[in-house]
Amino acid sequence: MSKVDLTQVRPYGDTLNDGIVQLSLTLPLPLSAEAQEAARRWALQSGFQDPKVVHSQDLGEGFSFFVLYARSPVAVDFSSIKVLKSSHKTLEKAEIEALISSKLGRKLVVVGASIESDAHTVGIDAIMNIKGYNGHKGLESYHQIEAYNLGAQVACEDLLARALDVGADAILISQVVTQKDLHLRNLTRMVELLELEGVRNNFLLIVGGPRINYELAKELGFDAGFGPGTFAEDVASFMIEQVLINRKGDHDV
Amino acid sequence: MTRPYLANKLQLDPVLIAEARTIANDIVAQVTPFIFSHSTVSVERTIVRMFGVNGVNPEGIPFPNVLVDHMREQGLIEDGAASLIAKACLHYGKNPQSLAEEIDRNELSLENLPDYPLETLHEMALGLALPAVTRIKEQGRNREAMIGSLGQGAEPYLYAIVATGNIYEDIIQARAAVHQGADIIAVIRSTGQSLLDYVPYGPTTEGFGGTFATQANFSIMRQALDEVGQEVGRYIRLTNYCSGLCMPEIAAMGALERLDVMLNDSMYGIIFRDINMQRTFIDQYFSRLINGFAGIVINTGEDNYLTTADAMEAAHTVLASDLINEQFAFLSGLPEAQQGLGHAMEINPDQPDAFLYEIAQAQLIREVFPRSPIKYMPPTKYMTGNIFRAHVQDTLFNVASIMTGQSIHLLGMLTEASHTPLMQDRFLSIESAQLVFQYMRNFGDEITFAADGKIQQRARETLQAAVNMLITIRDTGLFGALEKGMFAEISRSASGGRGLDGVFAKGPNYLNPFVELFGGDANV
Ligand code: B12
Repeated sequence: MSKVDLTQVRPYGDTLNDGIVQLSLTLPLPLSAEAQEAARRWALQSGFQDPKVVHSQDLGEGFSFFVLYARSPVAVDFSSIKVLKSSHKTLEKAEIEALISSKLGRKLVVVGASIESDAHTVGIDAIMNIKGYNGHKGLESYHQIEAYNLGAQVACEDLLARALDVGADAILISQVVTQKDLHLRNLTRMVELLELEGVRNNFLLIVGGPRINYELAKELGFDAGFGPGTFAEDVASFMIEQVLINRKGDHDV
Repeated sequence: MTRPYLANKLQLDPVLIAEARTIANDIVAQVTPFIFSHSTVSVERTIVRMFGVNGVNPEGIPFPNVLVDHMREQGLIEDGAASLIAKACLHYGKNPQSLAEEIDRNELSLENLPDYPLETLHEMALGLALPAVTRIKEQGRNREAMIGSLGQGAEPYLYAIVATGNIYEDIIQARAAVHQGADIIAVIRSTGQSLLDYVPYGPTTEGFGGTFATQANFSIMRQALDEVGQEVGRYIRLTNYCSGLCMPEIAAMGALERLDVMLNDSMYGIIFRDINMQRTFIDQYFSRLINGFAGIVINTGEDNYLTTADAMEAAHTVLASDLINEQFAFLSGLPEAQQGLGHAMEINPDQPDAFLYEIAQAQLIREVFPRSPIKYMPPTKYMTGNIFRAHVQDTLFNVASIMTGQSIHLLGMLTEASHTPLMQDRFLSIESAQLVFQYMRNFGDEITFAADGKIQQRARETLQAAVNMLITIRDTGLFGALEKGMFAEISRSASGGRGLDGVFAKGPNYLNPFVELFGGDANV
């Protein structure tokens, strides 16, 4: 096999650089030979080469469904891609516990919730509840962490009030419903609230959910974001690292 | 599938099943006196709605809220809205709608109305209730007539969801789904509607992960489904969600607009939306009274319990809850034929033989509830963004559904882990279900299970565990069981959650004419 040129990466079917992709789509047209041709031209005009409509079907009500295979001439320069990632090192639970007790000298306090209209708790529970997720224990099981899981549909104001009340080091937020970018609105609301109250820098502000990543979280003004497959130790490692850095910062001032 | 389901493939002990029902009945009987002696603001708003009060004031507040809030502010609510409105109608000689509008403009008050004999108020209230009752009856007859002339799909009914947020776009999606083969269209509600203590008004075109339930939206979708039903020659059922803080109001709207199926669980809101349990138990009683009278099939929410708990460990909680829901339904006079008990036991597909256990659980629910149009939920929790694998998972559930004689088949979507269904997702799902159902139509009839094999054993264990759980619930009481987190591993306190401030004890002269009109318990 020839070697992949990392400055020019294309989709792979069965031959390097064949550029093969699979597409499926609906057009607001009843099925006809013309509609099929419309699907093919759509692919051509989207920049695909040699599109083949391998399946087409009428969906009723003036819609039809198409499956296409096509080749893409587009290549991306993989060598120049940089994705913003958290640079923290993920530690084991025992290491985290040891680090908190030796370096912080008190418990790490964490408040978490699924905010506003979002009723999904499984994500935040996976991170916070004792039981954890896939055999990885949650934050409540950490002796060195004082964790408060407020559940779902918690108003930003209530979450903040609780965080202030218990003197939290970190606020953890889960957002699962992303339809019509609802999560962006809710998350922005939280950041604005913290800024308005002048307490943004009092907390590490962390978000997680199936459509969340670090880069998006940073853009929204959070300190970090965690996506699918996250375990408690991932976020705990980040929190203790940041709290220690910030504390060092405080001393320097 | 024709009901009742007569096969006894699991060799379940009928005595144990009967015992389970007796215990569930005891559990419901423990909370019944509380339900009968209390009412809620949403029950009262429902009465107001069924007296013909509709619309919103200039600030957009629905008139039923205006009226009931006024009654509360004046400290009059314990007599019930029906009594107060009857009195005001007699005194002012006005209809309920005008009363609401004038009260809103502070031109009129319900304070200091003269006393009338209870009998007079009762009669007046029955008169005010009559138009709604007549309309609901008529809608029931319309449904019967349309099913009679058009016919309907065969069970398992294909149940498809639309959720664009825009009722007009929902119609396009629904019509296409019906042409593709859907029998039931469920318009999913917008995120957060269940926490609103009022029902939004008018047609709506913006929602998140769903479309607002409003009476106008019900009516618009009803008309569209009647039309497309004529085109395809089958009666198409319409579903919405009568849950949350406005549960009975939505039931009333659904009954008036001829919905056919309503999500209406006795505990779902408590567990999954943190709605106060006292509020919920009272609201669900009246909602089910309405649904029962209107000939609406209810669906219960056990199909979601195992999203938060593990299906291998907690399958019995689904059965136990179904049995409790059944008894709550009987309390409201809802017959088995209208009890679409929900279930789903989605087991981690990594578990060896997961499919055998899926079959065991689905068959168990079928055999314990042979007359009910039980509702089967496809996989959700273990679906991932790998849509191709997800399609296979759904296909296996289609097999389980047809094999075990399910009645209402919620269509699984290959895109479950990413978004609410696109038109093509729904199409692929309907196509797959139809393929499997046709391939395997009578497969179940040809299958028996190995005596004392994995399937029979698993089913019997689940039944026994459900009975044990019911015994514990009877000992602690249902409130206590919910506090302990016995369902879905979510714990709720009797005085916590939303909506408790809307609960009140009925006064000695409390009146609700609909209870007797809908055949409710004479003690209410
Ligand atoms: C279970 C479930 C429910 C349950 C929730 C029960 C509960 N108490 O949580 C119920 C049935 C109540 C429910 C309701 C609804 N749901 Co739902 N639900 C799901 C389902 C099937 C699984 C979600 C889940 O539990 N995943 C497992 C967890 C562990 O994964 P996770 O959340 O991604 O969490 C991990 C990471 O993201 C991360 N993480 C998450 N949060 C956090 C937080 C922090 C701080 C950190 C560090 C990490 C982190 O770590 C976790 C572990 O690795 C998904 C479909 C799917 N398969 O994904 C739909 C889904 C999420 N639901 C959806 C919708 C639309 C709804 C409703 C709005 C439907 C409606 N109209 O009524 C309602 C919501 C009502 C509301 N007010 O929010 C859509 C969302 C679409 C979208 N993109 O917006 C989905 C995708 C289904 C679909 N295709 O329509 N749902």
